[in-house]
Amino acid sequence: MSKGFTPSPATPGVITANDLRMGHCVWMRDDSWTADPSQAELYEDQAIAELALLNAISQAGTVVGPYLVEARRGADGRPEPTHFREEFRRTGPTNYTDDQQAEFEASHV
Amino acid sequence: MFDARPQHNDQHREYLHHRVAQFRQQVQRRLDGSLTEEEFRPLRLKNGVYLQLHAYMLRVAIPYGTLNPDQMRMLAHVADTWDRGYGHFTTRTNIQYHWPKLVDIPDALEALASVGIHSIQTSGNTIRNINADAFAGAAADEIEDPRPWAELLRRWSTDHAEFQFLPRKFKISVSAGKQDRSAVSAYDIGLRIVEQDGERGFQVWIGGGLGRTPILGQVVREFLPQADLLPYIEAILSTYNLTGRRDNKWKARIKITVMERGLDAMRADIEEEFVRRRAEFSGFDQEILAGLRAEFAAPEFRDAPTEAYEAARAANPGFRSWTDTNLHEHRIPGYASATVTLKAPGVTPGDATSAQMRLIADLAERFGHGDIRINHDQNIVLPHLRKADLPEIYAALREAGLATANAGKISDIISCPGMDYCTLATARSIPIAKDIAAHFRARGLEDDIGEMKIRISGCINACGHHHLGHIGILGLDRAGVENYQITLGGDGYEIPTLGQRAGAGFPADEVVPAIDRVMDAYLELREGPDERFIDTYRRLGVAPFKAALYPANA
Ligand code: SF4
Repeated sequence: MSKGFTPSPATPGVITANDLRMGHCVWMRDDSWTADPSQAELYEDQAIAELALLNAISQAGTVVGPYLVEARRGADGRPEPTHFREEFRRTGPTNYTDDQQAEFEASHV
Repeated sequence: MFDARPQHNDQHREYLHHRVAQFRQQVQRRLDGSLTEEEFRPLRLKNGVYLQLHAYMLRVAIPYGTLNPDQMRMLAHVADTWDRGYGHFTTRTNIQYHWPKLVDIPDALEALASVGIHSIQTSGNTIRNINADAFAGAAADEIEDPRPWAELLRRWSTDHAEFQFLPRKFKISVSAGKQDRSAVSAYDIGLRIVEQDGERGFQVWIGGGLGRTPILGQVVREFLPQADLLPYIEAILSTYNLTGRRDNKWKARIKITVMERGLDAMRADIEEEFVRRRAEFSGFDQEILAGLRAEFAAPEFRDAPTEAYEAARAANPGFRSWTDTNLHEHRIPGYASATVTLKAPGVTPGDATSAQMRLIADLAERFGHGDIRINHDQNIVLPHLRKADLPEIYAALREAGLATANAGKISDIISCPGMDYCTLATARSIPIAKDIAAHFRARGLEDDIGEMKIRISGCINACGHHHLGHIGILGLDRAGVENYQITLGGDGYEIPTLGQRAGAGFPADEVVPAIDRVMDAYLELREGPDERFIDTYRRLGVAPFKAALYPANA
């Protein structure tokens, strides 16, 4: 997905990875990581994005498998995924509703 | 007491604790920067730890699908303590936890080790979890209990130094019934216990596998005397280890080696190596086997009158329907094996909550000689139940949402995790399974349709075994949209057959209507209610079903 992807003003991108210790999805913002995808930095310039990706790769003590992937600028100016895989990474699995999940956790003995 | 899994002796437990301590150090070294991700990844994979879309995933082996109640309770404890209160059972009878944190996994493994279960060789290019018939030791048509053999293979293959770096992963299954229930033709090695002239032996299949190049296995040895099992298996593995391809991951499975070299050339090498290997076996394996046979001795079955059972069947239509659908004939009169499907309407196929796992453990302990199985269809089996106890068992299952009368029916769907969890996925599979199940339940057609095996995979790796489904569904990414390809007529058991691709794929919201048209065509075309879909398909071929799938082209 990230292979061959070049960010530009028309096709911006975000950098995303998984948190090393906990495993959850994270997105890059400035020099650090956020679990909130709407806070991700949107890269429109190839050179800047590549430098940021190198920076992300160098943070191997924090994240696993960083990659650059296409996103779009949403109506509020925040990044939104363009591909369904990234949409699921943002929203979580679609097979359990939040209510079902809360019920499992509440029923723990 | 009879123990369904006689393998947690002190030595085994010590070994597992040692392995956990080793992994704990490896995790620590990854976190403090002494190991890079490239160095750590193969180490975590060797311990069953994958990184998926939203989290790490821990895969735990359930050897030949067999658990005792304490082990099942421990699976529930792990789900509660280090995961989100549920686990996912797979077709290869592993359990997968989808939400553990890397920092917690050593603790979870330590807890599992205390009841003799682990994640060793659930990943990597090694011999994976050994599979066997879920009705082992119970089925009326069984020639011999396959579990002592499966356990012998498990012990032999665990940490076997020669086979830690095979060209690719390697899966073995053992079947012991007159009817194959372990899909031996879909494994790297499939073993069927058979009898010939009064002697027991194995029919040995090699080279089966699904994935992007689905190939059915072939019989490499019609009859192998039982005592020769390990030397013969070693001969197969060593031949593959030397001649299997290592230059291309997609051509590295033994199925490709057999296809490229030809079965006869493989057989000649195997037989030659077998002579050498057999000379090295001192008979120690047979001594171990004798011990295992004693440990797997059948429980003491009691006299089991069935009047109360028959009365409950007459009085309760729900119970009758469940017993008609979910029971399997036991070799002892008055007993039955029950399939507890993890396929209630609206649930994720193969998922069980910790509360459900605990209930199964309690029922197995109270009524089922402490024996629990996980089967290839992502369901649970209680193999030894007195029919007289079934009304009470059914009531308890029903309370927990576990009494759906659908074993082998259209809503008993095998589905891989797909893009809801899996990082390799090209599309989701779980929502498709749920939609199909809900649709046919709402139409009230499930019983009328009868036996129907739908299998769904979320990418060409085919973990949902879609090629072997009467209807197979493969999720793909077509220009950024989920799209589903349908195959028809597959079968993993009676007459091993790969499903035939029907034509162009369908968008997600057109899959249910497409399956609906195929079912309507079947109901129209069958010669009577006893003719199953697969029989009608074999009688008429793919054409009428293709026409139903693509009415505009017909
Ligand atoms: S078939 Fe593909 S999507 Fe499904 S579990 Fe296997 S690798 Fe993942």
